[in-house]
Amino acid sequence: MIDKISWIAVYPDMVLLVMACVIALLDLGIKSPMRGTTYVFTLLTLGVVAYMQADLALRGDTLYGFGNMVVSDTMGAWLKCFATIAVMVTLVYGRPYSSHRGMLRGGEFFTLSIFSLLGMSVMISGNNLLVIYMGLELLTLSSYALVALRRDNATATEAAMKYFVLGAMASGFLLYGMSMLYGATGSLDITTIFKAISSGQIRHQVLVFGLVFIVSGLAFKLGAVPFHMWIPDVYQGAPTAITLMIGGAPKLAAFAMTMRLLVEGLLPLAVDWQQMLLMLSVGSLLVGNLAAIAQTNVKRMLAFSTISQMGFVLLGVLSGVVSGDSATYTANAYSSAMFYVITYVLTTLASFGVLLLLSQEGFESEEIADLAGLNQRSPLYAGVMAVCLLSLAGIPPLVGFYAKLAVLQALVASGQGMHLGIAVFAVLMSLIGAFYYLRVIKVMYFDAPITASNIVAPLDVRVVLCINGALVLVLGLLPGGLLALCGSAIRKMLGT
Amino acid sequence: MGLLSLAIWTPIAFGVVLLALGRDDQAQTVRWLALLGAVCSFLVTLPLYSQFNTSTAAMQFVENFSWIDRFNVKYHLGVDGISLWFVLLTAFINVVVIIAGWEVITRRVNQYMGAFLILSGLMIGVFCTLDGLLFYVFFEATLIPMYLIIGIWGGPNKIYAAFKFFLYTLLGSLLMLVALIFLYTKSGGSFDLAVWHAMPLDRTSQTLLFFAFFAAFAVKVPMWPVHTWLPDVHVEAPTGGSAVLAAIMLKLGAYGFLRFSLPIAPDAAHEWAGLMIALSLIAVVYVGLVAMVQQDMKKLVAYSSVAHMGFVTLGFFIFIDLGMSGGLVQMIAHGFVSGAMFLSIGVLYDRVHSREIASYGGVVNTMPKFAAFALFFAMANCGLPGTAGFVGEWMVILAAVKFNFWIGFAAASALIFGAAYTLWMFKRVYLGPVTNDHVKELTDINSREFLMLALLAAAVLWMGVYPKPFTDVMDASVAQLLKHVAISKLN
Repeated sequence: MIDKISWIAVYPDMVLLVMACVIALLDLGIKSPMRGTTYVFTLLTLGVVAYMQADLALRGDTLYGFGNMVVSDTMGAWLKCFATIAVMVTLVYGRPYSSHRGMLRGGEFFTLSIFSLLGMSVMISGNNLLVIYMGLELLTLSSYALVALRRDNATATEAAMKYFVLGAMASGFLLYGMSMLYGATGSLDITTIFKAISSGQIRHQVLVFGLVFIVSGLAFKLGAVPFHMWIPDVYQGAPTAITLMIGGAPKLAAFAMTMRLLVEGLLPLAVDWQQMLLMLSVGSLLVGNLAAIAQTNVKRMLAFSTISQMGFVLLGVLSGVVSGDSATYTANAYSSAMFYVITYVLTTLASFGVLLLLSQEGFESEEIADLAGLNQRSPLYAGVMAVCLLSLAGIPPLVGFYAKLAVLQALVASGQGMHLGIAVFAVLMSLIGAFYYLRVIKVMYFDAPITASNIVAPLDVRVVLCINGALVLVLGLLPGGLLALCGSAIRKMLGT
Repeated sequence: MGLLSLAIWTPIAFGVVLLALGRDDQAQTVRWLALLGAVCSFLVTLPLYSQFNTSTAAMQFVENFSWIDRFNVKYHLGVDGISLWFVLLTAFINVVVIIAGWEVITRRVNQYMGAFLILSGLMIGVFCTLDGLLFYVFFEATLIPMYLIIGIWGGPNKIYAAFKFFLYTLLGSLLMLVALIFLYTKSGGSFDLAVWHAMPLDRTSQTLLFFAFFAAFAVKVPMWPVHTWLPDVHVEAPTGGSAVLAAIMLKLGAYGFLRFSLPIAPDAAHEWAGLMIALSLIAVVYVGLVAMVQQDMKKLVAYSSVAHMGFVTLGFFIFIDLGMSGGLVQMIAHGFVSGAMFLSIGVLYDRVHSREIASYGGVVNTMPKFAAFALFFAMANCGLPGTAGFVGEWMVILAAVKFNFWIGFAAASALIFGAAYTLWMFKRVYLGPVTNDHVKELTDINSREFLMLALLAAAVLWMGVYPKPFTDVMDASVAQLLKHVAISKLN
């Protein structure tokens, strides 16, 4: 019999699952091209789920359910709450775009999105290698289908194929690594694995062999160099609304997966994976920033920018453990990475929101040149975009600055001489980053507009976009609350 | 809300309102609202001076609230004798700049005025903060409005200039960010400047910190050889942008030396003082000579700014109170004079749309009132006694002679170059026969331009004739700083 605690740990996910089926059935009877009813039901569902997650997070209990298969802790609940909100925002921004491109002929856009969110939730709550893997597969399978949703478009289909082939390979890597761990420790349960490795009875070689595959799989999902090849192509090829769907919320889940696997499970191997992550992050910072300079397509540029941003996240993750003496440093490092991911998703949502807004019927706003003179057409949207880009560049007083600061501080505090050098390297790379973000601002503010056409947008898009842009600025002025939230969530997870 | 918060947030609030509500079809309302905002912002800074206690070196009007607990960052404000005048100067220049942009800017007026108001609030913030991270936030945030001001309203090559400005200064600041994080870690988790000032540091750390701060502040001042961005940026920036850049933004760098480099790394500062003095002298002498051969008026004044700022850094690094006060006085004086010089060029540019010296000649015939102002500012720029320019330079030269005769001698020789390039430019632009047809059609300044130049002229004259209010404020703080710097922080 399933006990009560198990239900409490997963009830928002259950609601999600049930509602996904209900909405899929409900949608059958809907004829309108904008699918208003489906949309409203989806948003309501997600709103309720987000509230439930926030409620779980605020209660602050750590619950293990279904025989330790899943865990519901503060970190997980917050990440799920933010992921739910991110999917909601994506749906709001993406609906007009999708409707113009024939992607709303059926209700798949909504149901697949809910299923991918369910996948994220399962990933985030997984306390068992197989559960995590299952969540990941649910997320990625829904995403492949979402990318291919515009089936009469050759680029989108090509992107879907690429995404599928490379994603499947990455999943294979991860699964192989997991099987090595299972072979070495005899368990799929993360807590048991942790204990087994801590006991020091298991051959280090086998563990590191498995670890390499796990880290490679994670790097694929996060998009860290040298496993980044799919990111630019898929970002560019997918319909913009779907790009946001795979580039936004799933990053939160990927971060949670990294935490569950590397920190909760493989912390005793930290010395090994820290070095791997260091190589990955240095490579990501270098390649992401340098390649972004050469791009003329905004989506592709943002893809490379994502790669470099993930480099920063990894820097935060790897500066966690220093000879195991200070719990505060460890918590600071992981919470800085968490803060980084959350603010990154927030900023990405708003910047893609503006791109989606500018893509009218029969016109894709994809080239940087398409943004020309946006300030003259609409100072508000240009302002939102500028705020996002400056935040990604890490210019104060925007929220991206504190994210970078938190990571760099954790890196320097980890007290190794080399880390100071890496910090200098990271800031020099963000100088290069500043260049290509500024170039987009230049196009928006200094160049003359190509078209004078008005920007039309439904009320819901406008309101959400304004709130989203304002949040980037407001969190920049008052970042204390979110930083404290991440800090307490991570401290609970670490049990300190 | 304290006076300092008021000084910072009043202009920003007005700026945000303008950005949010202003439209080009109500340009006149926008202008008046901007002027109201600038004047209000200036008025709220006046009580700072009248209530300032000159007998103490302690921070005054202190506000201290917790801001970001995670980093132990405080919203910690306060002014002492070193920073007080810059708060007033910034607010004052902002009023003048708003008047200067009145009719000149016709496109996106609300964004122009809003950017200047926000910029002025941010710069006041830089001068007021006593917390390292808050300082960095204000220091960096100033780049955003300035980048837009140059890029939107600048000259033909504005995009190059905007990028050069942003990236050049960002490079320096990012190294400073690493230094701030290093200090935070070293001090056990504090961004408080007072803690950093008192904290002992070994020689290597001090040297690294000194050069990290040097990267940020020397670019901003700018010191030779990292001054190359300044002429390019000044030439392309709109008049108001140039004026604010020269009058206030360059001072952020010099101020940083006094607030960070010297008190945090005093031993390194002493150790590398020779290098700093050498760089300052090169700026004073060599850049002065470079200024002489410029064909473009704005470039000439830009190079002259570099030379004048050379006096400032020279004054700081000889570690004598006369030199340090002299440097500070020179900063304020240069704020008035360079602002006025750029605005004068702007008056001509608005009419002729050329900055080339060769496009003018005999302007005095058609614009006598304006030429009188220009002559006065030219005299101030070459440091004629009785004008603001004289006081600071004289103090620095006296201090330099005390320190080492030849350094003083080299610095004093720069007064000759200063007179040479300024007066030669004056002669070629204003005096002589009218050689260009468009000069014949020039109309003299209107009452708005008269008001703007008169405000600056009054300030320049006041400071030249009666500099006591300026030096009185500084004395205690400068003495305290020198006393602090004289004590080694090596344990």
